[in-house]
Amino acid sequence: MSPGDAAVQPLVKVDDIHTYYGKSHILHGVSLEVGKGEVVGLLGRNGVGKSTTLKAIMGLIHPSQGKVLFEGQSITHLPAHRLARLGIGYVPEDRRIFRLLSVTENLRTGLDRHGVSKARKTELLDKVYGYFPVLAERRNQAGGTLSGGEQQMLAIGRAMMLEPKIILLDEPTEGLMPRMVAEIQRIIDVLHREEVAVLLVEQNVPLTLETSQRIYIVEKGVVRHHGMASELRVNDAVIHQYLGV
Amino acid sequence: MGIPIEQILIQTVNGVVTGMILALVASGLTLIFGIMDVVNFAHGELFMLGAYVGVIILAATGDFWIALVAATLVIALLGAAIYLTTLRPLLGRDPLYTILATFGISLVLQNYALWQFGPVARKIEEPFTGQFTLFYLAYPWYRVVIALLSAAIIGALWLFLKFGTWGIWIRATMQDRVMAQAMGIPVPWVLTAVFAIGAGMAAASGVLFGPLVGVNHAMGVDWVLKAFIVVVVGGMGNLAGSIAAAIFISLLEAYASLWVSPAQAVIVSFIVLILTLLFRPTGLFAPTPR
Repeated sequence: MSPGDAAVQPLVKVDDIHTYYGKSHILHGVSLEVGKGEVVGLLGRNGVGKSTTLKAIMGLIHPSQGKVLFEGQSITHLPAHRLARLGIGYVPEDRRIFRLLSVTENLRTGLDRHGVSKARKTELLDKVYGYFPVLAERRNQAGGTLSGGEQQMLAIGRAMMLEPKIILLDEPTEGLMPRMVAEIQRIIDVLHREEVAVLLVEQNVPLTLETSQRIYIVEKGVVRHHGMASELRVNDAVIHQYLGV
Repeated sequence: MGIPIEQILIQTVNGVVTGMILALVASGLTLIFGIMDVVNFAHGELFMLGAYVGVIILAATGDFWIALVAATLVIALLGAAIYLTTLRPLLGRDPLYTILATFGISLVLQNYALWQFGPVARKIEEPFTGQFTLFYLAYPWYRVVIALLSAAIIGALWLFLKFGTWGIWIRATMQDRVMAQAMGIPVPWVLTAVFAIGAGMAAASGVLFGPLVGVNHAMGVDWVLKAFIVVVVGGMGNLAGSIAAAIFISLLEAYASLWVSPAQAVIVSFIVLILTLLFRPTGLFAPTPR
């Protein structure tokens, strides 16, 4: 189970993690790797542990067994805020915009860090507003007043404020109009161009196959299949077997 | 009946002055509740200890303003220590645990003060004793100054919450603690800071109010009870609501004491509390629930 370039140390390595919600065993030993600047898709039916895997990487759930490595260092038991500062951005499934904070304030939650110069802050803000002009128009509006698609853009833009090395994207296109889905796809490509790695959890199989380099398929808390997206694009037997589509 | 207009105006001034101090006590309480979901029963004791630290430092330095600032800082540190040792380990438990814990702290602090300082009330000298004539009454300037200072401290808190980085962190933490953490906000420190700020504000009000009432170990009890009424009437965790409610209730009490004795006028607060709980439990000054 090695990434495309096995000689290079992966950016994120998840090694045989097990997690529990109370007594129910959610992840039964998930292992995966994401290389630097790589877009990796995580597919699977509902409730198989894809979101849980992202939460475990982000330090929002601590696995009872197994390890998570970031640039070769164990981050398994670090609190989430340390991981964010290390360079892991998180865009949760339900977006979790700070509804009463303005758009700019939402972005500032990730931007106001030590060691970021004023000029750099302006630059980062301008960059995100450049990618998402609609956010710039609404910069003083409360996050809760934005549409679903705009909130999704804000959630991604907010994660980008951390200047992350990887962004964990949990079902970013869920419930969005086709136009917005295309927009999200565009921004994943932008992240890829900027060499930000993406671990993408999606129900939208065609989009995931198209934007990712590699794919993991999860079933009942374990990785059942792993391969290059290009292979899966032409081999829909595997997709059919695990995802039934 | 025929209550003279002068008396009504005097009571209005009294009500606003008391209301501002009450708002200062209550805003610390509501800040801690709104952000941490902690009902801090020890708030009155932080108010009381603040006044005692003020007494000690005033005796040592002879300067009221140094005493005010120092008491605020000392009690803010004490608040941080209380949070780290007692409340942080209870994070994520049933609210009942934190209620019992803060109630316990309140008893410990009160009895510590009784043991340390004795039952006789101490006096904090007013920083200045000037008076002005309000109709037939010589009204002390100091009372007006307390009201203005309380307003200034609350205003500073508001600006801090609105524009500062820590303010944004605090508001983000209030809305979604988990997501705040995922954005790199050091949530454990934010919570500690909030508790320290709340404690410091209680201490500041204790020192400011000391000259009017005398400082003793039980002085926090009445105030915290009233502050709780204010916080509930204003809408739990709603800063602006608490301030409005503090002034509203203090004015009502002031007017009520035109007819009845001030001790009986307190009943008005409870009537407002009960009516609020019955008819608008989200708070009188809370935005209409959507």
